[in-house]
Amino acid sequence: MAKKYVIIGNGTAAVGCIEGIRANDKDGSITVISAENHPAYCRPLISYYLEGKAVPERMSYRSDDFYDRNDVKVIYGESAEKIDTENKTVVLGNGEKVAYDSVCVAAGSRPLVPPFEGLDTVPVKFPFMTLDDAQNLESAISEDKDVFIVGAGLIGLKCAEGLYGRVKSITVCDLADRVMPSILDAETAEMMKKCLEKNGLKLMLSDTATKFDGNVAYMKSGVEVKFDVLVLAVGVRANISLVKDAGGDCGRGITVDNHMATSLPDIYAAGDCTESMDYSSGNVKVMAIMPNAYMQGHCAGENMAGKDATFDNGIPMNAIGFFGLHVMSAGTPDGELYEEKSDDHIKKLFTKDDRLVGFILAGDTTRAGIYTNLIRNGISLSSVDFDTIKTAPNIFSFGQEYCRNSLGGVV
Amino acid sequence: MKRVYVNEKWCLGCHLCEYNCAFANSGLTSMAKLKGKEIYPRIRVEGDDKITFAISCRHCEDPICIKSCISGALSKTPDGMVEIDKSRCVGCLTCVLVCPYGAVIQDGDGVVQKCELCLKNSSGAPACVAGCPNNAIVYEER
Repeated sequence: MAKKYVIIGNGTAAVGCIEGIRANDKDGSITVISAENHPAYCRPLISYYLEGKAVPERMSYRSDDFYDRNDVKVIYGESAEKIDTENKTVVLGNGEKVAYDSVCVAAGSRPLVPPFEGLDTVPVKFPFMTLDDAQNLESAISEDKDVFIVGAGLIGLKCAEGLYGRVKSITVCDLADRVMPSILDAETAEMMKKCLEKNGLKLMLSDTATKFDGNVAYMKSGVEVKFDVLVLAVGVRANISLVKDAGGDCGRGITVDNHMATSLPDIYAAGDCTESMDYSSGNVKVMAIMPNAYMQGHCAGENMAGKDATFDNGIPMNAIGFFGLHVMSAGTPDGELYEEKSDDHIKKLFTKDDRLVGFILAGDTTRAGIYTNLIRNGISLSSVDFDTIKTAPNIFSFGQEYCRNSLGGVV
Repeated sequence: MKRVYVNEKWCLGCHLCEYNCAFANSGLTSMAKLKGKEIYPRIRVEGDDKITFAISCRHCEDPICIKSCISGALSKTPDGMVEIDKSRCVGCLTCVLVCPYGAVIQDGDGVVQKCELCLKNSSGAPACVAGCPNNAIVYEER
């Protein structure tokens, strides 16, 4: 009997899941439930779309024939309301029931909107999460508009960069005392802040809106900010309710093991809606980044199709660039610190128990993947010439055997 | 699939492969025109004063760069070559963040580049191999 696979969500993790299933099972039926009315697209490109570096027709994550080629049925514009584990069906918003043998929840996350007083009086406001959000925002902006962004994390600042040059002014506030507090340390954040301010962004840190009234924000500091367009980029929350309501284990994200299985039989989960073990620290956390979403989705798909695949070395990692200043961070900033600092370059490597566990690079990010590889594969630093690698990442210092294995054949 | 391999026993560390690579991908009519220009070769010589070898994209069987690409710019050809569609690259450098060989490189225009075995330029076959004076770099099936 051909198996019935259902995937809830249609983002990066869903595509990974489809490819993982089809690598092992050509016959089973796959149904994707897509709340958004678009084929899977490259979500991080929405800021590049505003910037004019990407156009919707070329933002698809896979080629146009992807779903046909993989014999996938996509139900667009409907969201899953419930997983009925007793009858093994997914119940959609329109009441339709989709039967499954195995289901993958790849439902992503949603914008967190704190209950700001008077938010309902703001006439023009948007989250910045989906292609539709970006297109709606674009239709509301022009060169005479002042834009106010609440949240100086990755989403808020990428939005600011996308809007740069297209509006009269951009002001970004954040309750934290630095930009991108979840990714950068204080020093790197300061370097980024200077770069953003040099390019004309107004930053209000350690400050946030306490109240809105129409086109005015009343700030904690007492300042009033007048704006035409408001963007809410405070944060995101994992969509866990489908699994939680079905009785599955959840923390901030859906709990998955290193097979991407949830605590419920035949229910897997992958991507931004999950929380899993950070290999660099051993802690369980939500690591909502695109590479992990794909790899988790692929792992889930393989296991749904009866394989025994594991994905157990996910780590937080980010490559970000604003106005030409590139910053990368990966792993956990913990342990012994090696650092290099100059006006336009920062390097911080964190080592612990003979392993590289984290790094932050700003300015020069050349060959950073060699560091990421050390973290993700738990390579013993005493097995390599780390003194050389820490100043200039290279393969030679991994030793002859590593070089022969990795460069002498197919890897 | 044929890939580029280097035998460190024969590598002289002369860096000529870097120039041949940069020239093959430059669209220029003469290598001499590279003089004075910053070059962005897709192959790099590494080593110390005794052992040297050159590194370029391994065209991995299961490439993490493709899994990590946020714009769909990196993909595999049916033959297995990892290729980049520069028109889709937004220069986020996530591939640079994940490539274990440090073989994806930013080019002068802010997007990234990598070895595509000279199959997409006028050279038609790896220029680093053709120009290696000691036959240390080979293009073969393993």
